[in-house]
Amino acid sequence: MSEKNINNDIIKEENIVFKKTKLLTDNEMHYCPGCGHGTAHRLVMEVVDEMGIQSDTIGIAPVGCSVFAYNYMDVDMQEAAHGRAPALATAIKRLMPEKTVFSYQGDGDLAAIGTAETIHACNRGENIVMIFINNGIYGMTGGQMAPTTLPNMKSATSPYGRDVKSMGNPLRMTELVAQLPGTYYVTRQAVHTPAAVRKAKKAIRKAFENQKLNKGVSFVEVVSNCNSGWKMEPVAANNWMVENMFPYYPLGDIKVPEE
Amino acid sequence: MKEIRLMKGNEAFAEGVIRCGADGYFGYPITPQSEVLEYLMAEQPEKRTGMVVLQAESEVAAINMVYGGAGCGKKVLTSSSSPGISLKQEGITYIAGAELPALILNVVRGGPGLGTIQPSQSDYFQSVKGGGHGDYHLIVLAPASVQEMYDFADLGFELAFKYRNPALILSDGAIGQMMEKVEIGEQKTRLTTEEVNEKYPWGTTGKNPGKDRRIITSLELDSAKQEKFNQKLIEKYKEIEKNEVRYEEIQTEDAEYLIVAYGTSSRICQKTIQLARAKGIKLGMLRPITLFPFPKKRLAELANQVKCMLSVEMSAGQMVEDVQLAVNGKIPVDHYGRMGGMIPSPGEILKVVEQKVK
Repeated sequence: MSEKNINNDIIKEENIVFKKTKLLTDNEMHYCPGCGHGTAHRLVMEVVDEMGIQSDTIGIAPVGCSVFAYNYMDVDMQEAAHGRAPALATAIKRLMPEKTVFSYQGDGDLAAIGTAETIHACNRGENIVMIFINNGIYGMTGGQMAPTTLPNMKSATSPYGRDVKSMGNPLRMTELVAQLPGTYYVTRQAVHTPAAVRKAKKAIRKAFENQKLNKGVSFVEVVSNCNSGWKMEPVAANNWMVENMFPYYPLGDIKVPEE
Repeated sequence: MKEIRLMKGNEAFAEGVIRCGADGYFGYPITPQSEVLEYLMAEQPEKRTGMVVLQAESEVAAINMVYGGAGCGKKVLTSSSSPGISLKQEGITYIAGAELPALILNVVRGGPGLGTIQPSQSDYFQSVKGGGHGDYHLIVLAPASVQEMYDFADLGFELAFKYRNPALILSDGAIGQMMEKVEIGEQKTRLTTEEVNEKYPWGTTGKNPGKDRRIITSLELDSAKQEKFNQKLIEKYKEIEKNEVRYEEIQTEDAEYLIVAYGTSSRICQKTIQLARAKGIKLGMLRPITLFPFPKKRLAELANQVKCMLSVEMSAGQMVEDVQLAVNGKIPVDHYGRMGGMIPSPGEILKVVEQKVK
């Protein structure tokens, strides 16, 4: 399209289809280009904004790449010790049941060091939203093996590939918590394509709406990439994720409330 | 009319917690402090005051629940005994690092390791010198009676909120388990979340329209900023040392010999003083009520009056180091202690005193 063909008349407020997310701060994100965290942050904040619950929402940041989530999300936030976000969320929600509480954790945080906190918060049926970003690796500390690292996948601490005989099998935490009576809604999403982003946002919205029902944990896993940790270019990382992560971590709802 | 009850130390503490208007308790069973959680569960404080009580899946989870609640400006606490307090150290240092008020009760048992379930005072170093990683201090209160177990719930919270610093009540299995009469105070009203938001504007109760969001964190990657924060903490601890030293003196006016003891040991030593006085030995005692801040100034003064000091502790000798630092070589300072859950008798301590007098 050449410049003279642009119809300036259409540049109007009512025609704008995408704006900067109101509840993301202007702080420059530290995430690697191509990383899924930025999109996941945006979706959570869009949902909080669209539901009009900014002043009632308290978020918990983990230890890991998203340790600085509180620099970007414009809501009251607490930074938890490694793996302990569900414990913080439990107390905050119980002390202020009228507020909306969400935790945001990576796979090392939620599925390794915080396994006990995750399982017990889910088992107690805490009325919270748990966002779980799974990229199969410890990103922040430099690409070490995570509980979710795929079999034979290379990492800084599995340089010859993850040998499941000696290093254990990747943990499907989301399927595990879906077994517990305290979880109300459990789903696995991704943010690598516009279609996936739309679906993920719908799932996150549903999770936040569920919190008002007081029926337990809404758990949203987002399978994501880690191009730096995986040592791939962003597009290659996304392709690798589709080919290798999705077969092991299939997308879709795992537990849905009975209508 | 005053309400008097016969209670165990652990129960008195639990009642004190409800009465002082606490918002939440998060704990995990361990001997010899399980009565705290048991009492709270039986009392159903959610019906009395709206206070939340939750049995957590671990000590680690319980202290991190305390972090979360304290981060909202709520009055929250946990309790445990020595091995459980070791597990809580992660959360305690994060609470200190995020400058949050919180209350922790340690009903000490003997160690190291799983040790014994009998009373001990061997967690002094852990309580006053840090415990977790990093440069920080707790405000440490040492109750010597069931009444003080009750009273220090309120006092602990008051100090914790005054300085935005975790406060620890260093009790022991004897004080926790023994029964004494307790004077019960009035029920204080819990603050609503709106009142908390007003009073403690740093708490994450949900971003106020037009105001900055609140962030609770102990993370600072910029070394210069972290050092500045460490200096701010040091200033706070100095302020605490200036304002909050508490101790009790027993027959020190004419004392020529001084026992320094806290908690259960101080109760036993009261009898030792009677026995010594009957034999004409002018023995007195300083009982620290706050272990941090430590009554070092008063001990330095008393070093000009008495001939020697004896630190009596149910440990291998921990507080004795702080007494020695306070006295700074002016007079001899010795330690007498029993360990492993063994409790010294007044006569046994008297023999040690008599040897010093010779």
